[in-house]
Amino acid sequence: MGNFGQLMDGFAIALTTHHIMVMVIGVLLGLVVGVLPGLGAPNGVSLLLPLTFTMDPISAIILLTSMYWGALFGGSTTSILFNIPGEPSSVATTFDGYPMAKRGEAVRALTLAFSSAGFGALVGVLVITLLSGWVANFALRFGSPEYFGVYFLAFASFIGMSGGSPFKTLVCIMLGLAAGTVGMDTISGEGRLTFGIADLTRGISFLIVVIGLFGLGELLVTVDEGYKFDGVKAKLSLSVIFRTLLELPRYWVTLLRSALVGCWMGITPGGPTAASFMSYALGRRFSRRGRFFGKGEPEGIVAPETADHSAGSCALLPMLALGVPGSATAAVMMGGLMIWGLSPGPMLFTTRPDFVWGLIASMYAGNLIAVVLVLTTVPLFAFILRAPFSVVGPLIAIICVIGAYTVSNHMFDVWLALIFGIVGYVFKKLDYPLAPFVLAVVLGDKAEDAFRQSMLSSGGSLTVFFETPLVGTMMGLGILLLLLPLLSLLFGAIFGRGGGADAGEAADHQTSRP
Amino acid sequence: MKNQVFRAGLLTATALAFGLTASGAALAEWKPDRPVELVVSAGPGGGSDIFTRVVQAALTKNSLVSTPLLVVNKPGGSGSEAFAYAEDNPDSPYKLYFGTQDAYVLPLTTKVTYSMKDLKPLMTMASDVFILWTNPKASGINTAQEFVEKAKAAPGKVRISGAKAKDADETLVTLIERAAGIDLAYIPYKSGSEAAIQVAGGHVEANTNNPSESLEQWKAGNQKPLCVFTSERLADKTVVADGVSWADIPTCVEAGINVKDFLQPRTVWMGANAPAEAAAYYTDLLKKVADTPEFKDYSTRNVQINKVLVGDEFNAYVAEQVKNYEKIYKDNGWLLSSGQ
Repeated sequence: MGNFGQLMDGFAIALTTHHIMVMVIGVLLGLVVGVLPGLGAPNGVSLLLPLTFTMDPISAIILLTSMYWGALFGGSTTSILFNIPGEPSSVATTFDGYPMAKRGEAVRALTLAFSSAGFGALVGVLVITLLSGWVANFALRFGSPEYFGVYFLAFASFIGMSGGSPFKTLVCIMLGLAAGTVGMDTISGEGRLTFGIADLTRGISFLIVVIGLFGLGELLVTVDEGYKFDGVKAKLSLSVIFRTLLELPRYWVTLLRSALVGCWMGITPGGPTAASFMSYALGRRFSRRGRFFGKGEPEGIVAPETADHSAGSCALLPMLALGVPGSATAAVMMGGLMIWGLSPGPMLFTTRPDFVWGLIASMYAGNLIAVVLVLTTVPLFAFILRAPFSVVGPLIAIICVIGAYTVSNHMFDVWLALIFGIVGYVFKKLDYPLAPFVLAVVLGDKAEDAFRQSMLSSGGSLTVFFETPLVGTMMGLGILLLLLPLLSLLFGAIFGRGGGADAGEAADHQTSRP
Repeated sequence: MKNQVFRAGLLTATALAFGLTASGAALAEWKPDRPVELVVSAGPGGGSDIFTRVVQAALTKNSLVSTPLLVVNKPGGSGSEAFAYAEDNPDSPYKLYFGTQDAYVLPLTTKVTYSMKDLKPLMTMASDVFILWTNPKASGINTAQEFVEKAKAAPGKVRISGAKAKDADETLVTLIERAAGIDLAYIPYKSGSEAAIQVAGGHVEANTNNPSESLEQWKAGNQKPLCVFTSERLADKTVVADGVSWADIPTCVEAGINVKDFLQPRTVWMGANAPAEAAAYYTDLLKKVADTPEFKDYSTRNVQINKVLVGDEFNAYVAEQVKNYEKIYKDNGWLLSSGQ
């Protein structure tokens, strides 16, 4: 257990008064940045980067990572309160977090989100601590077919579970894939679906889609259907926080499953956003109360939050060990490493153990500090909901528009967000699911790249996807998940359990039974 | 430890550079009185981004400027967004544009709104070199000759990964193909570090990364340099791994692949109508940056060719490069006009 010895040295480095101060400041800045959609962790970290030039690398990375944790937590806050995901990875939190807050249980929703997120992060760091040497080698085994396998599995787990009309889901996925195609194509170097509009060559940012569909779309629906927010009833007593914390161990299955999904997606190139979606989908399929997902179910908050944060922590490992950033924020931090004179790569662990283990130790401490700090903000945020809609509504609109602009300082993005707002409204009215659309925008482009790279590399033969046990297993699992609704339908038909929708529910019962 | 010849070369280069500005010193009374934007033609974490932020760090740490410096990333349209921004702000003395050869290569292949007339060339601060890498354990290739032989034996089957399509890496691959008379399968990835992992993991036979992108994998024994695309061997004699230093890597011409001097210059530009005194001020300032320990560290770490080009020398370089690229792109059928 050489790792533990080194971790203890790391703690000695990380737990100085100076570094704890740095963590607190980082987390607080991150919270602010995370709450504003569009500004987000990547932008926040790059804004802070110049300040770190004069710091020593360990303090600098602790500041940046603490800010990252803060931003991840902050992102969940707006998801739950206003249905605006502050970070791409907190989209899935809106599915159940917002309905729960709407019901007047904002404090419970926020507490559930923060505490399960903290749990996920700690599992992630633990995995890093124990497996740091092994993970670097494991990640090297990922060629393009394996990348595709990861994305395919994420897609399959989501499609396999979706409720409602399968045709509507399909339409949404196709539209999402089309939206993801816009812009420069990696493989051919040509612009696609740009219609000669210069602004479209930059592609459609995922954040813009999310701000439009969720933030503005929900706002339009609210205006249309009348304000039914029960925030006024929200109790602000501290006892709710403690009661919710005690409630958490009940979801241990979901917690563990989600943490595993998160670690897997963090180590492989899936990333936190895909992790939270996949975990939510699996939660919905395998939880006893899966049918109630989307209506403010506690597990529907726990699942994506846990996965999001464990993936977020684990994603730092490929960055340090391979020099391949697992997320946009990691890319900015990696740039920082190089400017401070460190080279991320397999040798960093041996050449600068003080840096690596100081960082890992700070991840334990930073996340604990973040959970405590963020829990103290819960009453404050819940209080905002007491304001009447005539105050909150315009505020949301302003936040959305500013957020859309800050993504990359383009006015065009603001128009795009407004268009997606209308799209979101229409989707909601016609009962088209938003989640598959969003997932397709996030993963479609990456999956396509990986697929075409695999085809170039194999000379066009599909057998590459089944050549090694690693990719074969992922593809096999994916296909199984895809076929699951079909199989359960068949199952239902054999046992004579009525129509398709019923059969789907019956299948839920079957699978959840131990 | 830097080699003496290299250092002497550097000294003369900087001495020359200072000599040149002395004549312009009378002009250089101008100073920015507002925050200066450093516009990058790449996203955060990319090569040009790190280049720009190193310049920013060197300026800040050595207190060379008193106004704040803002790094602005404009990676859209393969970086053309940054230069289109220069077109929109032709006379601003508060905006500097940082890029590579992309500034003059992009208008050749892609439909961009700007043209070279919208840019005022300032300088090249250093140039990155390209190296042919492989993972001998996975590919069984140990020398550039073996690489060529293997490609000849299996046309179109030897895979080579690189960053982006029709960019520096793919251009270089087409040059290799033509020089050695071979056919390779080029696979584009999002970045050089991803391309490095594909080679290190044995999924792809080779890549043409810059030294820094593959250095750590070389140290870890997952990659090996075969040859370097410069006319002379590299100067750095520090042993990196396996008792081999940068200077021990043969040039590709020596190794039988006749591709000379394919470089990636780190360039700086301004808007076309920016005031001359501002341009003189920034040129002078950036020359000082090139001499700071921060920039030298960066340059050494990236095994760059440390030659500053300014004024007419830089203009002549750009003109020559544009001609070269036009020729290569015409041969590849990538020119914008030929595609229509």
